[in-house]
Amino acid sequence: MTVTTLHTARLLAGHDLDPAPALGPGTLIALAQEAGLTGRGGAGFPTWRKLAAVASGAKAVVIGNGAEGEPASAKDRALLTRSPQLVLDGLRLAGEAVGADRLYLYVPAELSGPLRARAEGVTVVEAPDAFLSGEESAVVSRVEGRAALPRDKRRLIVESGLRGAPTLVQNVETLAQLALLARNGPGWFRSRGTPDEPGTFLATISGAVREPGVYEAPLGIPLHELIGLAGGPAASLQAVLVGGYHGGWVPARPEIPVSRAGLRPYAASPGAGVVVALPTASCGLVETAKIASYLSAQTAGQCGPCVNGLPRLAETLTRLASRERHPALPAEVERVAGLVAGRGACRHPDGTARLVLSALRTFAPDVRAHLAGNCLVEGESRV
Amino acid sequence: MSERLHIDWTACGGRGLCAELLPEVLDLDEWGYPLARDGLAVPEVLLPHARRAVAQCPRLALHLQTSATS
Amino acid sequence: MTVDALWYLARGTGVVSLVLLTVVVVLGVGSRAGRPVFGLPRFAVATVHRNASLLAVALLAIHVLTLFFDPYAQLRFVDLVVPFAGAYRPVWLGLGTLGLDLIVALVATSLLRRRLGVTAWRAVHWLAYLAWPVALLHGLGTGTDRGSLWLWAVAVSCAAAVVSALGWRLSDRFVPAGSLR
Repeated sequence: MTVTTLHTARLLAGHDLDPAPALGPGTLIALAQEAGLTGRGGAGFPTWRKLAAVASGAKAVVIGNGAEGEPASAKDRALLTRSPQLVLDGLRLAGEAVGADRLYLYVPAELSGPLRARAEGVTVVEAPDAFLSGEESAVVSRVEGRAALPRDKRRLIVESGLRGAPTLVQNVETLAQLALLARNGPGWFRSRGTPDEPGTFLATISGAVREPGVYEAPLGIPLHELIGLAGGPAASLQAVLVGGYHGGWVPARPEIPVSRAGLRPYAASPGAGVVVALPTASCGLVETAKIASYLSAQTAGQCGPCVNGLPRLAETLTRLASRERHPALPAEVERVAGLVAGRGACRHPDGTARLVLSALRTFAPDVRAHLAGNCLVEGESRV
Repeated sequence: MSERLHIDWTACGGRGLCAELLPEVLDLDEWGYPLARDGLAVPEVLLPHARRAVAQCPRLALHLQTSATS
Repeated sequence: MTVDALWYLARGTGVVSLVLLTVVVVLGVGSRAGRPVFGLPRFAVATVHRNASLLAVALLAIHVLTLFFDPYAQLRFVDLVVPFAGAYRPVWLGLGTLGLDLIVALVATSLLRRRLGVTAWRAVHWLAYLAWPVALLHGLGTGTDRGSLWLWAVAVSCAAAVVSALGWRLSDRFVPAGSLR
C-alpha cells in the first residue's frame, strides 16, 4: 500500500519533531475544545469531552488504540510505522491532561517490537488479529490481561475502565492530531476542513482506484477529489463503501462531501476513514454478502442475538445475492437487521445491520433484478 | 427520574424467566432472548415485578438502573 | 418427648429431606432447558427449586438436632460438622455429615449469589451432583430402617427420578436455552 502525504499534510510526515510544548493541566482540553477535534477511530466523539470526563476522576489510565481490526483500514498501521513519535507525543500529552499514571499503547503484534524500543514509560500491549479487538471495552480487557472481548457497559469506560480506574481509550490518529494541535494551535487545525467539522483525517482508499493507499484529506472533501488522491478510479464506479464494514454504501456521486453532514442524507458517516470503491463490474449485493458473512464469523460469541442473528442475516443476504427467487427475502433481511440492532454488549450487530440495510437501499435495482433471477452485472458468477 | 432495565448480554443465557415475570415490558425473540416490546423503561406500577425479574434471573444478567428522564 | 419419638422424627425428617432434595436436583437439571418443565413456567421451576431446597434445609436441621439430643445416637458436636469422626457407624454417619456440609454450602452461596457473582456461585453449585448421592447413600446405610422395604422403594424412586433427568439432559433431545450455551 502506498502511503502518501498532501503538500500540507502532516500526520504521515514521519519527521523527527521538536519536543511537544509543556502544557498546563487544563490547556490541552481547552485547545481540543477550541479546535473542535473529534475522535478518528470511527465514533467521532468530541475529544475534549472525553478528556474532561476522564480527567475528573481519580488516577486515570490512557490507552492508545491502534488495533485496527477493520480489514479495509490501514491508516493506524501507517501512522504507527511512519510517525510513531507523533502518536507517543499525543499519548503523553493526553496522559498529562487527564492526570494519568499509566500509559499503554495497544497495537498489532507485528508492530509491537519496534514500538517498544522507542516507547519509554509506555507499556505496549499486543492486539489479536480479530475484527473486534479494537472495540473500546475489548481493548481494556486485553490490557488487563484477559481476552480481547467486549464487556457489558453498565458503567462507562471513562468512569470505570482498566481495573476500575477512569480510562481514556483513544484512537492513535486522534492522539497524533492532538500532538500536532499542541504544537500548531487551534487556528492551524481549523484552517482545514469545514467550520462544523474541522481538521483532516486519514483515509484508507481501496477497491477500484489506481493507487490504493492511506491519504490525509480535509473533512468535507468531495468524493471525487478523495478518490483522485488515490490516482482516480480504475474503472467506472457505481458506489463507494464509506466508514468500513460497519459503514454504509453511498452512490458514486462525485460531489458528495466526505463529512458527517455530507454523508448523513445517505445514512453513512466517515467513520474511521475507510473508503472502498465498487466498480460497475461488481455486484454490490454479492460484495455485501461476503462482508456480512465475514462479520458474522467475527462475533465475540458472547451475546445471543448477535451470535444467532448475524449468521441468519448473512445467510439470508447470501440467498438474495445468489439470485434466489424468493420474494420475501428482502423483508426477512430487514426483519433480522432490526432484531439484532441494539441487542448486544457492543455495536457489532448494529454496524452489521447498518451495512446490510444500506446495501438494500443503494442497490435496490439489483435487489429487484436478483428476485427476478437476473443480475445487473453481466457474467456475474453465483456466490 | 425513571427506572429502566439493563440487560447484560454477555451474561444472558436466554433462560426466559424475565419475560414470564414482566411480560408487559419483555417478550422473547425466536432464539429465546429478551426483546423489549417498547423500550426498556419500567413504569412505576410494574417496578415490584421488575425487581422480582431482576432477582430471579439465573445468570444475574438483568439490572435496574435509574436514569434521568430525557 | 420419648426417646422413640425422637428416633421416629429423625428418620422421618431424613427421608422427607431426601425426597425434597431429589425434587431440587430434578428441577435444577430442568432449569437449564430455558422452557417450561412438567407444565411449570420457568420462573416457577426456579421458585420451587429454591423453596424445596430451603424446606429440605429446615427438615435437615430438625433431623440433625433430634439426633444430637438422642442418647442412643451419641453424637458429639464435632460429628455434626466434621465428616467421618463419629463413633456409631462412622462411614454412613460421615456421609450424612458430608451431605449436610455440602448442602449448607450450596444454600448459603445461593442466598449470597448477588454478592459472590455467577462464576464463584456456579463453581460451588456443581457440588450438588456430589451432595445428592451422598445423601442417598447415607439414607440407605445408616439408621435402623436399613434394609427395610419401604426405604428401598423410596430410594429407588428417587434414584430413578435423578437418573432419568440426567439421561434426558445428556441426550441429543436436550436443547439448551438460547441455542447458544
